[in-house]
Amino acid sequence: MSAPTAISADVRTSAQQVGFVGVENIVKRFVTPEGTVCAVDDVSFDVRRGEFLSIIGPSGCGKSTLFNIIGGLLGDYEGRVTVGGETIRGTHAAIGMVFQEESTFPWRNVLENVAFPLEISGLPKAERHERARHFIGLVGLDGFERRHPAELSGGMRQRVAIARTLAAAPQILLMDEPFAALDEQTRLLLGDKVLQIQQSLKQTTLLITHNITEAVQLSDRILVMTYRPGRVKRIVDIELPRPRTSEIVSSTAFGHHVAEIWNDLREEASRGMRDEEAHARHRGAL
Amino acid sequence: MSVATRMAPATLGLGTLVVVGAALEALIRGGAINRYIVPLPSQVLLAFERIVVEENVVHRFLLTTAETLVAGALITIVGVALGLLLNRVHLLRAACETWVAAFASAPIVLMYPLFLVIFGRSAVTIVMMGFVAALPPVILKTLEGLAATRSVLVNVGRSFNLTPAQMFWKIMLPAALPTMFVGLRLGLIFAMINIVGVEFLINFGGLGQLINELAERYDLPGTYAAIGFVVLVSVLFFYVTERIERWLRPA
Repeated sequence: MSAPTAISADVRTSAQQVGFVGVENIVKRFVTPEGTVCAVDDVSFDVRRGEFLSIIGPSGCGKSTLFNIIGGLLGDYEGRVTVGGETIRGTHAAIGMVFQEESTFPWRNVLENVAFPLEISGLPKAERHERARHFIGLVGLDGFERRHPAELSGGMRQRVAIARTLAAAPQILLMDEPFAALDEQTRLLLGDKVLQIQQSLKQTTLLITHNITEAVQLSDRILVMTYRPGRVKRIVDIELPRPRTSEIVSSTAFGHHVAEIWNDLREEASRGMRDEEAHARHRGAL
Repeated sequence: MSVATRMAPATLGLGTLVVVGAALEALIRGGAINRYIVPLPSQVLLAFERIVVEENVVHRFLLTTAETLVAGALITIVGVALGLLLNRVHLLRAACETWVAAFASAPIVLMYPLFLVIFGRSAVTIVMMGFVAALPPVILKTLEGLAATRSVLVNVGRSFNLTPAQMFWKIMLPAALPTMFVGLRLGLIFAMINIVGVEFLINFGGLGQLINELAERYDLPGTYAAIGFVVLVSVLFFYVTERIERWLRPA
């Protein structure tokens, strides 16, 4: 496990202009019983400081592989990931991760869950609880501090996970389909909450998703990926006014962006579907 | 939750016991069940007082409880440590897990002559028999609990740059505790059965010896009442482990 590395101030200043997070020529291959599979192939992009960038693509395009590489959970890849111009390997204190699966600690109540990273950093109990309460308030869960995750809904649990990540004060928020398990209404409302937080904290955010509406609602830019091997197909600027809320989904401009992204994605999604059907037929024939 | 709702499970359990006891009493009195094989429940109830006064059952109860407690402490320390070791060293796990599982179903109690030779006719033999017989479930459940820790929780720990020690104490152990406690409870039951069994076989010590003596005197109500005390030891340990688990892991 690598130790977090610090980012020097002069590097930070230059990084504001060229991109705070840099992903350069990333290639990741997996060895499977059927041979070597290239999950991500020569992916490069930058994320500017304070920007909200979404990565969208069909299932199997390597989105989660990219998430794990940027977050430092996956090694043994070609290319490099930079934060503030410095190459990073392994997990990094500047990056906070929110996972797709339910990731709250069931044995800790909401307050103790959110205070977890502060406890690890050795903050005194009173201070870490005070700071945890601030982030609990930020995600709108005041009054639920003493509840355990089992007593909360899926959306509330995901908000606890977001608050826990924010409590560690990361400069970059990396989220892997955090609302995938939620219903559409909760997803839109939680999207509002994430937007509010991101706009107030001005946090650099990278969202992995397969949901076009969610990506357009939240992002400054959307990176569309191809089906396996995952490559950058196009990066789309979302020119919708900020501050945004979920009400924006009914606007004409929003619909235009959704159609534009879907045009890019449709071909890839169809390719993915055909590929999966071929695999299923092959397995059936064996 | 109202008092009535809270008391409902205990009331139902006790009520079932009373109904079964009454039915048994009626069947024995009616001649459907031979009273020389199964004693009347009312006689068993009366025998409780008798074995407390005449047979010094409280002392024997405490002796069996203490032996189970020592065996329980040993299986917790050794069983959990071995479970951790097997979880950590994959080669060792692959080599040993099946053997440990096979060991769990072996009739260890039949090895008592060997233990008598090693430790003599003493409480050490009884405790060691309980310890050896109860070890496999604790090892297997510790292993299962640790191996089943959801990878996303481990990834959360990694994303916060936890040290290996922090990862174990803050994530792996609390996540595995419920499964580990299943193993501990199973282990305590295994230990108690073997402890009482060996006490019975070597006619030494606590409740097992008393059951042996009462059975040889053909005091069936007394024998069943003494078995009731064995059940009490089991209930006591079940209750205590549940409280410890709740204290260690509130939800």
